[in-house]
Amino acid sequence: MSQAKALRRGYAARVSDRLWPVIAVLVLATVASTLFAVTIGAVQVGPAQVWGIVADRLVPGSAAPTWTPAQAQIVWDFRLPRALLALLVGAGLAVVGAVLQALVRNPLADPFLLGVSSGASLGAVLVFILGSSVLGGLSLSVAAFLGALLALVLVYVLAQRSGRITPARLVLAGVALAYLFQAVYSYVLQQAQSGRAAQQVLFWLMGSLGGARWEMLPIPTVVLLAGVAYLLFQHRPLNALSSGEESAISLGINVTALRVRLFLLTSLLVGVLVATSGAIAFVGLIVPHTARMLVGADHRRVLPVSALLGAVFLQLVDVAARTIAAPQELALSIVTAVFGVPFFLWLLRRRG
Amino acid sequence: MTLTLHGVSLRIDGRPIVHGADLEIGAGEFVGLLGPNGCGKSTLLRSAYRALRPSAGLITVEGDDLVRLTPRESARRTAVVAQETPAELDFTVAEVVAMGRTPHKKPLDRTTTADELICAQALERVAAGHLRERGFTTLSGGEKQRVLIARALAQQSRLLLLDEPTNHLDIRHQLEILRLVRGLGISTLAALHDLNQAAEYCDRLYLMDGGRIVAGGSPAEVLTPERISQVYGVRAVQRAQLVFELKEDQ
Repeated sequence: MSQAKALRRGYAARVSDRLWPVIAVLVLATVASTLFAVTIGAVQVGPAQVWGIVADRLVPGSAAPTWTPAQAQIVWDFRLPRALLALLVGAGLAVVGAVLQALVRNPLADPFLLGVSSGASLGAVLVFILGSSVLGGLSLSVAAFLGALLALVLVYVLAQRSGRITPARLVLAGVALAYLFQAVYSYVLQQAQSGRAAQQVLFWLMGSLGGARWEMLPIPTVVLLAGVAYLLFQHRPLNALSSGEESAISLGINVTALRVRLFLLTSLLVGVLVATSGAIAFVGLIVPHTARMLVGADHRRVLPVSALLGAVFLQLVDVAARTIAAPQELALSIVTAVFGVPFFLWLLRRRG
Repeated sequence: MTLTLHGVSLRIDGRPIVHGADLEIGAGEFVGLLGPNGCGKSTLLRSAYRALRPSAGLITVEGDDLVRLTPRESARRTAVVAQETPAELDFTVAEVVAMGRTPHKKPLDRTTTADELICAQALERVAAGHLRERGFTTLSGGEKQRVLIARALAQQSRLLLLDEPTNHLDIRHQLEILRLVRGLGISTLAALHDLNQAAEYCDRLYLMDGGRIVAGGSPAEVLTPERISQVYGVRAVQRAQLVFELKEDQ
């Protein structure tokens, strides 16, 4: 029995030894980066003042004011929702990337592979350029979400044959539709009368958290938390699926049903995220990879670590986007590309 | 009977591949499935683990209609070592073996120490305990095959399906895998290429040709010179030449 115990110990040690320290560090980094993000900006606000403002808003009168009303307004109305949205979007894109890489069994897969973000962008462009009155009073984010949904349905219909979805068809249909949607919104942009509106749209298309308000947070929060919770329960099917279709079937997974559910869930997440923040590239590609380097390929560990890592990463990216060329803001995809492209090329070469 | 096929026909994209196959595997038997390339061996195996649904006929596992079992239940009864090797993503050996526990786990179930013990013992049983921490993609062909057999063992099924488990292995690793599988005592159906090895290690053989099972029985009954000539188009000649065996100390 002692031999069995020793066997088991060796096994268990490997499984859990690095997960919790990594998670603890990432939780601290999430809090620290968020606090940092809220203090940074044209108007200086110290960390202690930030805590005070937040405490005072949550429980009025709980902190003696050491700040001006203007500072309080900037922190509470603009910087805090923006910082929280950065966490949500970063976590969501990273988790979607991790799931898609398992779904299509390709470590170079990324949330924008399925055409969903291009669909969302098309919806947003139409509202921007034509004005929401033409489209029956649709708000930008609803239009983006409907665009994502349209893309999702089209990709799904094109990728399936007699109820089966294969990764290759999914990717081909997604890429083809992405080009089509890009062509359509590029045409709309080119024809746009106002150059200023077109520029605004281009900025938004490349990702920006500048529009963050409190009322934008509930939907992404609920969708993200529910989605991640569901995916965590599916960590064994995800592992089985990333080891191959035949292998997953032989492990008792209903592969077709699982692929459909994962496809719907990832599309929903991408649609909601793109609707709030535009199309931010590379987060879904590089964060899951970094997570796997830290804790291995098991999805029980990859998913939570990707979520936290993505949250911290996008928080820092947003800080960089706000400060590098201040007072002008950079689009987030410019900043993520600076990190993402070298990483992508390194990955490509490493994989031979 | 652990596995039976009655008149099973299989199509891929509408094209008929296997016609009316009958086959039986008893408890603890090691049965070889032989036949030239493209004769339908792999397709037949795939139907037995539900990767392919028969267009006609009945498959039973331990007396139950395979179609009526849930995917999970079927995976608890049947484990597979397929030709496709897993992992574009770099799972460790321990993680690959742990996948064998998938059909025993519901979404909310935690991995228990009992699961970990089962996986650890499965790895020891294929003499691969030392590989536990290695990345699966870094293993040699023989090591990968042993690890996949360990995964199948962790599944704790009573039927094992192997699709050309000795493919791409050198002679010593081929013999090691065959001896290992034979020693497991689990009902096994293995698609094999080497006729001499199949004759030596299997209890019974089935021979396929052009999508049909043309013979079944003991190796001596199945592998007659006339039939080999018919199916493979080669002459079987008895000649004194080297025969390869594992050394006793290995």
